[in-house]
Amino acid sequence: MRFRGLATLIAAVAAFAASTALAAPLKQGGEMIVTYKDDISTLDPAIGYDWQNWSMIKSLFNGLMDYKPGTTELIPDLAESYTVSDDGLTYTFKLRRGVKFHNGRELTSEDIKYSIERSVNPETQSPGQGFFSTIAGFDDMVAGKAKSLSGIEAPDRYTVRITLSRPDATILQVLAINFSFAVPREAVEKYGQDFGRHPVGTGAFKMTDWTLGQRVVFERNKDYFRKGIPLLDKITFSIGLEPTVALLRLQRGEADVLGDPIPSAQFLKVVNDPANADLIVKGNLLHTGYLTMNVNTPPFDNVLVRRAVNMAIDKDRVLRIVNNRGVAANQPLPPAMPGYDKSYAGYAYDPEKAKSLVAKAGYGSGVETELYVINTDPNPRIAQSIQRDLAAIGIKASIKSLAQSTVIAAGGDGTAPMIWSGGMAWIADFPDPSNFYGPILGCTGAVAGGWNWSKYCNKDIEALAAKADAMADPALAAKRIDLWRGIFIKIMDDAPWAPVFNEVRYAMHSARIGGDDILFADPIHIPVNYENIYDKSVQ
Amino acid sequence: MLRFLATRIVQSLVILLGVTVITFVLSFLVPADPVRMIAGRSATPATVASIRHQLGLDQPLPVQYARYVGNLARGDMGRSYVQKSEVSTLIASRLPATLLLMAGAIFFEIAIGLPAGLFAATRRGRLSDRVVMVMSFAGISAPQFVIGLLLLYLLAYLLGWFPLGGYGTVWHLVLPALTLGITGGGWYSRMTRSSMVDVLRQDYIRTARAKGMGERRVVLIHGLRNAIVPVVAMIGLDIGIFMSGAVVVESVYGWPGIGQLAWQAIQRIDIPIIMGVTLVAAVAIVIGNLLADIATSLIDPRVRLG
Repeated sequence: MRFRGLATLIAAVAAFAASTALAAPLKQGGEMIVTYKDDISTLDPAIGYDWQNWSMIKSLFNGLMDYKPGTTELIPDLAESYTVSDDGLTYTFKLRRGVKFHNGRELTSEDIKYSIERSVNPETQSPGQGFFSTIAGFDDMVAGKAKSLSGIEAPDRYTVRITLSRPDATILQVLAINFSFAVPREAVEKYGQDFGRHPVGTGAFKMTDWTLGQRVVFERNKDYFRKGIPLLDKITFSIGLEPTVALLRLQRGEADVLGDPIPSAQFLKVVNDPANADLIVKGNLLHTGYLTMNVNTPPFDNVLVRRAVNMAIDKDRVLRIVNNRGVAANQPLPPAMPGYDKSYAGYAYDPEKAKSLVAKAGYGSGVETELYVINTDPNPRIAQSIQRDLAAIGIKASIKSLAQSTVIAAGGDGTAPMIWSGGMAWIADFPDPSNFYGPILGCTGAVAGGWNWSKYCNKDIEALAAKADAMADPALAAKRIDLWRGIFIKIMDDAPWAPVFNEVRYAMHSARIGGDDILFADPIHIPVNYENIYDKSVQ
Repeated sequence: MLRFLATRIVQSLVILLGVTVITFVLSFLVPADPVRMIAGRSATPATVASIRHQLGLDQPLPVQYARYVGNLARGDMGRSYVQKSEVSTLIASRLPATLLLMAGAIFFEIAIGLPAGLFAATRRGRLSDRVVMVMSFAGISAPQFVIGLLLLYLLAYLLGWFPLGGYGTVWHLVLPALTLGITGGGWYSRMTRSSMVDVLRQDYIRTARAKGMGERRVVLIHGLRNAIVPVVAMIGLDIGIFMSGAVVVESVYGWPGIGQLAWQAIQRIDIPIIMGVTLVAAVAIVIGNLLADIATSLIDPRVRLG
């Protein structure tokens, strides 16, 4: 008895010691080098909207809301807490005290109001202006009739009150998006349009150097309001490196994280090399690659033909072309997105049935059309694969392989009957299903210049979508997601798209950089969550 | 000389104006809308319209052009559509690297091409001549991307003699300049060879040999001085060509030159940058040609300027 008691005691002490050791806080320190090919376009949160600067901006700035690292869960960030009125129209945020901008000044509610208004102000030319459309006073400000948003008030130094013109279930996501991040008025006024080169925010890092075309340097913000974050002292972004050269540098220890994807030519060799097993992290992106069909252009104005196309595409062959960096998709939403329907079977690969549908639609003797695609590898090869599949069911598609801007213009103008989305495919702005609807499948996106290249506009579905987005009450969250799930399945019935695959991201880092796998596969922060990864050599 | 320069400057200004007109018109003929690229994928039609208005892109083409040239005259090349930074700042930040690469490339072109061409010319018809010419041909034909990556892999990665791309010291310059030099060197060697072969046939060369002058002096002093005229003209052209950026080499080595800037701007239809880079290239070509003409007249007194 006594012996067993002693053993248990020793075990308990050992477990306690082990857990304390595991829970020992990670030490701050160390540096990291991230490689990129293209120069960073801007670090202005109101303007930056490419996948390269998106996460860099997240490290330099903060908004009212944010996401738990490595997840899609919303948490308050600059806000300490918030309350919502019963009618769902008024959100009152209590700001944290003592949050400092990189220039030393404390953040106040006026700054939040200023920053959001700046993104809505037409003079700023922000690509994110439309996200704030449900805030009261938006239309007046966009039309130039007002200089401020009546829906944002700063009644006292640490309170922000936001009033909406209608209930919006996505407003908290919008308050976590880069375009809402807090910027100090005095710095914006000082630098004017050059603020993007001299960013001043409240974030975990501050920018200390930008040598155009060569490097951007971030250093730890010692006054960051979250203690112990970030874990790195310095990040250097090396610009101008071809992915192949970047990989060589990583292998030589001269780079730590690859900002651009691992080059296709070396991908299989790198991923299959057992020495790299711990260095490569696989993660889901909120991405879908799809084929759009213009519902106004024959033969795709006939739903039977659209369904046939869905059945005709050999998705496995396409996946082989991209080195299996993805999973086959059968619906518009990606698997990591709330609202994804695991049980939906979609259109199974059945070229014979597809051929019969095409014949039933009246095109038994064949039909010609055009397939637009971006001219950067591997997209033309994917287009060729699709072309082959279409030919097998009687659709003769000629490939138009063009520059990105030209394809986007053709899609917006509605002159392209079919577009393979590769290279411009939709990656969610925020982890909510509504983001996969409005601009790309909804009526608002179907106008000239919009990104709904299939010009699909179903009034019934539009009404359902509006209903879903009005369900702002958190108690209705599950019901709302169910509603969205149903919406996308209904859309698949009309088949304006043929979803092909969801990309899987492979992030590669050096052995010296540590962190939970989810930080390297963070669906919100691409390529990595800069704030929470650490340097093993200083631990 | 002064009258010649004055006329040339006036001619150049006309040429440059023509370049701006053509580039401006071409960039608007492209079937892609820069405003949609700036407005991004989530923009509503209202946002797109507002951005178009802010940038003055809803004005008729001649009005936009007049505004552009007016600003240009005051030294304002406008602001990038995508980055919002001043085009002049963006270009100026990359000029030193471009100039350096140009100088290095021309150095290697001459260092490889001239001796090779001379060697081949003096051994005309023999095996060594053919070998040199085949090698030049290989140098001209090989894609710069391939040569660049090969040199990088062999000399920088495996042997570690040079840094793996980047910018900063002389060691960073060697490989990119060498890559460009191999291609250019091929041209220069063929041009030097054919020019030398012509010159060595001339009567005055026979006279010099008859006078008892050593072969080396004949070739290097009498021969080269005459043969080098077309090479000088080519250097002038090269100055212009390199100033418009060597996109491929810059990409491989991560060299922060104008080429990369231009390439990214073209992808994004960032018209102010495209216009700015084209103008800089045009100015460089004009200056390069002018220098070549002046140098030619200095080398060969028979050439009259103007």
